Formats: sequence, C-alpha cells, structure tokens
Amino acid sequence: MSEILLEVQNLKKYFNVGKGQTLKAVDGVSFQIERGKTLGLVGESGCGKTTVGRTLLRIYEPDGGKILFDGKDISRIRRTEAKALTRRMQMVFQDPYASLNPFFTVGEIVGEGLKIHKLCANEKERQERVYELLQMVGLNKDHANRFPHEFSGGQRQRVGIARALALNPDFIVCDEPISALDVSIQAQVVNMLMKFQQDMGLTYLFIAHDLSMVRHIADQTAVMYLGTMVEYGNTKEVYSNPLHPYTQGLLSAVPVADPDYEKAHQRIPMDGEVPSPVNPKPGCRFCARCRNATDVCRSETPQLKDVGAGHKVACHHVQS
Amino acid sequence: MEEHLLTVRNLRVSFDTYAGEVQAVRGVSFYLDEGETLAIVGESGCGKSVTIQTIMKLLPTPPSRIKEGSICYQGKELTALSDKEMEEYRGKEFSMIFQDSMTSLNPTMRVGKQMIEGILRHQKISRGEAKKRAVELLGKVGLPNPELVYRRYPHTMSGGQRQRVMIAMAMACNPKILFADEPTTALDVTMQAQILDLMNQLKKELGTSILLITHDLGVVAKMADRIAVMYAGKVVEYGDARQIFYNPCHPYTWGLLGAMPNLIQDVKSELYAIPGTPPDLYAPPEGCAFAARCPYAMGACLKLDPEEYVCSDGHVSRCWLMDERAEEVTPPDGVPTLPRKSVPGKPSGNTLPEGGTAHE
Repeated sequence: MSEILLEVQNLKKYFNVGKGQTLKAVDGVSFQIERGKTLGLVGESGCGKTTVGRTLLRIYEPDGGKILFDGKDISRIRRTEAKALTRRMQMVFQDPYASLNPFFTVGEIVGEGLKIHKLCANEKERQERVYELLQMVGLNKDHANRFPHEFSGGQRQRVGIARALALNPDFIVCDEPISALDVSIQAQVVNMLMKFQQDMGLTYLFIAHDLSMVRHIADQTAVMYLGTMVEYGNTKEVYSNPLHPYTQGLLSAVPVADPDYEKAHQRIPMDGEVPSPVNPKPGCRFCARCRNATDVCRSETPQLKDVGAGHKVACHHVQS
Repeated sequence: MEEHLLTVRNLRVSFDTYAGEVQAVRGVSFYLDEGETLAIVGESGCGKSVTIQTIMKLLPTPPSRIKEGSICYQGKELTALSDKEMEEYRGKEFSMIFQDSMTSLNPTMRVGKQMIEGILRHQKISRGEAKKRAVELLGKVGLPNPELVYRRYPHTMSGGQRQRVMIAMAMACNPKILFADEPTTALDVTMQAQILDLMNQLKKELGTSILLITHDLGVVAKMADRIAVMYAGKVVEYGDARQIFYNPCHPYTWGLLGAMPNLIQDVKSELYAIPGTPPDLYAPPEGCAFAARCPYAMGACLKLDPEEYVCSDGHVSRCWLMDERAEEVTPPDGVPTLPRKSVPGKPSGNTLPEGGTAHE
C-alpha cells in the first residue's frame, strides 16, 4: 500500500554568484515521500532546505537530477505544464507577512488559484468555496473582505494554508510554516496541518529548523548539511539512533524544557559555523567541524549508505 | 528585610498612542539576586521587553510613561533618576544584548570603535589600553583572530559572530546585571548552544546576574535559576526553575509546556494548543486576562483579577484555581505531573481525572 507520491533523484540546484563562482545550494539530494506521509527536512540555515522545496515546485529550475511526481518526471517539463502542476502541488511559506499580497483581500488571495485554474463555474460558486476554506482553517466568512494587514501572524498563516488547500492539492511544501509564530499559535497551526493530512490524505514536505517539532510531525526525517543529505530515515530511528556526527551534534544542541535533564546533559561539542557553500572543496562537507574526521573525509565525498531498515547515512566512519 | 540586587515592585508602564492608552505592563514585581539568572517567559506582546527596557530607561517618554511602581537597584530608586544620571548605570552597572545583532550594532562603525566607545565612557583609561581591553574581550568570547575582528565591520560577520561581539561589548565594563532580550532567537540551534554556554561561562567567571527574556522553554531550562511567566502585562506565575517545570500551577504555564514538543517526551498525537489569541492591551479585559483562553475558567475569573497564591516557598501563581473554593483540575497531557502542592487547606497530591478533560 506504500505508494510513492514524490521521488527525487540526485537533485541539483546551483546559483551563479558572479566572478565565475557557483553556489551549490543543493548538490545531489535524493529522497522519496509516500502518499499521505510527511517528510521532515532539517538543517541549519543555509543548508539548502528551502531551495529543495522551491525546486520541487519548479519555482527554481533544477540544474540536474530527476523529480518524479506520481511517476512522471517533472524536472524538464515546459512552463505551461508546470503551471498545470500547481493545482496538485502547493506551498505554505515561512513569512506570513511577506507571502500575502497586501493589495488583495483575503477572499481574493484564497480564490486566486480557483480563478486561474477555472475550477468554479461562476463567481458565486467561487465565493462559496472561499468561505468554506476560511471556515476550514478557523477563520470566518467576514474575514474574506479584509486585507492581510488586519490580521495577526497566526491568522495570516491560516490564510496561507487556506490558499494552499484551495485547489485540493496532493502535495504541500511547508517551508518553516511556524517559525515566525508564537509558541501557543505554533501548536494550533501544527495541529491543523496534521488534521488536514488525516482528513484529506495530504502529503507534506515539512521544512523546519525546529527539531522537536519535526520529530512530532514527520514520519521520515532527512538531515541536510551544505547542500547534501547526511542522514535520512524513519523519524523515530533518526532521533533515537542518530549515526552521522552532524545529526548527533545537532540533536544534542537542542535545549530540552526540563531543568534536571539539562543539568545532567552533556552537549556533544560541535563548534564553528557552517562554511560557505560557494565552491565547496571535495570530500565530506562536514569534515571541518567533525570530531572524527580523518584523511579519507578530506579527499572523498561520502555517499548515502543504507545501514538497515531504510536508515541511510553519508559518513565514511559508519559501517553498514 | 533582605536586600536584593534589583527589585521591581508593581511596575506599570503605558504607551500613549493616537488610538488610546496601551497598558503594556500592568503591575509587574520581581527581584534579582547577585549571580543568578532570572528568565522572563512569555509570548510577543506580553510586556517582557517593555519591562526590561523600562529598567534600562531605554523607552522614550512620551509615548511611554511609568504610571506606578518602583525599580530599586542596590537601594537606589531608578525611576527617579534623570536620563543624565542613568547614563552612569547603563553600560557600566547594566548592559544589554538584543535579539537582532544586525540592527543593534552600528553598521557604519568598525567593531572595535563601537566597543571602546563604552569602555572610554566608563573607565578612566587611555585609548590604547581600551583597545587592548577590547581585543582581549573579543578573544574571550571565542572569536578567532580578535585583532582582525576588531577592525571588521558588522556586516562582514555571521549572526553568531555578531552576537559574540555584542556579548563582548556588554561585558566590557563588568556589569552587575546583563539584560538579554531573546539573545538566541535569530540563531541556529548549534550556534544557540554555543552562545548560551558562553553566557553561562561568563556569568560564572564574573558573577554577573542575568535577566533573560525568551519564549523558548528549552532555553529557560538550560539557563534559569528562577522563572517569571508573563501574560498580558502581568507576571502570572513565578518560582524557581524546578517549581515551574515540575509543578506548574497556572493554566497558561501548562499551556506553554504542553504546546512545545521536546526531544525526550513521547510523541503525542496532538499538541496541546491554547485556543485563541492574547488580549488587546488597549482595553485589557476585566478579571483574569487569560480567562478567555483558559479551559478551566470559572465565573470568578471573568470578574475579578486573581490574587497571588503561594503554591510553595517562593512559588506564586496568580490563578483562582489555587483558591480553596475552586475545584481540583488536572493539567493537560504532556505537562509534568509531579503531585501538585496546593494552598493549605486543600488536599494535595494527585488530582481528580474528570476536571482535566476540559481541553480538546
């Protein structure tokens, strides 16, 4: 019954940053998402996780690799075909302030996709659908005539979600949908996303830097570092048995809301910062910050290896 | 009466705007002792930043004004001081690190120049000595090649590096109190861990007290000795860290603890979400400000603002549920359920299961 909705093979996205230099934002990333499941994509800022999400939706043109959506390769299709795809793939953005057009009313924002794809027979039907969507996300009919600036951050994110749901998509990229929200509002939005997934069988790519939240929402988790995937597997497995030194350091850096635990807890030291992704050196990208790094790490790029039960790690020092 | 380093009593701060008076802080009291970390926890708009900016006298008057209350530092009343007199305290006795290091460092000045400005203002040393001190501080906060960093501009550095510069700057005159307003919110977890460790290390070395503002309970657990939870301009619960985390007595604190998943708890099917949004502080509600979002609200909550109830030694909750006439309730799932100690006269220990299902 496990049906793969989205499969990404060796995805690459490079940006030209001038002076003949290339920024390798995404450099050979592969993963699969089953229909109705959530893949959590985590990593520090600048690791390329947002670029992955945007390339999947063809906001950016991929520079290499394949994106198979429902069995069809969508990485090379024309613009017009890509537009048709937006009916099935949608996105919820990070910043609820910047991602809603301030000149449009909420009703127009939510209904725009319906108009573009001519999904409603007439204006009245569209209106009804917009009202229905607003109700679904916990807003009401009267909100349709208001402008985004009249809403709080949490309410705006609800508008963004209503817009993503308007076309009954199969797949939604949630790009840090909660990181701009307050704690109590985060929980409301996450609960809502999970409820919609259950009710409508949605598939999510959930991009976040909040590791605790990803553990809560995702079935599978992928950890990225400087454009490459370093670890990938079932969420439970990755969190309880992290194998890559980067994943270990990342998880151990997350503070836990438990003072006694924090006192007893020894952080795995991982100092320094993410190096620049412009013209990366060969070898493991993490080796400069890795405490286990040896010569082989500095010369050869490790490949993702399966260490059992779909748990994959890209590290020379992990035995499969 | 014992002397605290800093005591804030019944502080009320309002902003006069065209739309009316915003009561941002509505009666906040707390104290800070030497060498301890107090965390003020709350969501945006709860008045936590206004509180510490008022202590530092950083808010322009008008529009802000202190309506009531006292801020007492080492026996001196700070609210009575003029701006000029306050300058002797800012940077020397108190210093501050802000959330956004990009906008709080001067982009047109080299790092070193901004650093020695404060040092020269408060210490009677020469420019050369000040420079030496600045370089030494930059090394101390873990920046490699401090001499080079001294001559760099803020925009050429990463967020973590800039936050280190801010800490070095704040520590320049060995302040008694370091105010940290969400110092790590804009940083990645690995950088956050490094900055928090650095703050703890400096606190230990120099005996500085820290007043930390944050909304991240994980950060609080790592840093705080004592905690004040703020909601809608009031401290709704305060106590030491273990009391707040293991025996929380206010439904808002329960909500915060339940709303954040963490890495050691079992994964729940649903997070506990506090319904609704915080109240409008143009017209704060009568009664308890949290009542409208509280699944345990009773008739009294809507009419009368709750008094402070002592839960245990040094642990106070502003909630009518602590009254002996209120029914027993259980906190939601995921909130640590060590047996609640209640006010005298109320049976302590585990609570009835029925009352606790009021939330969805």
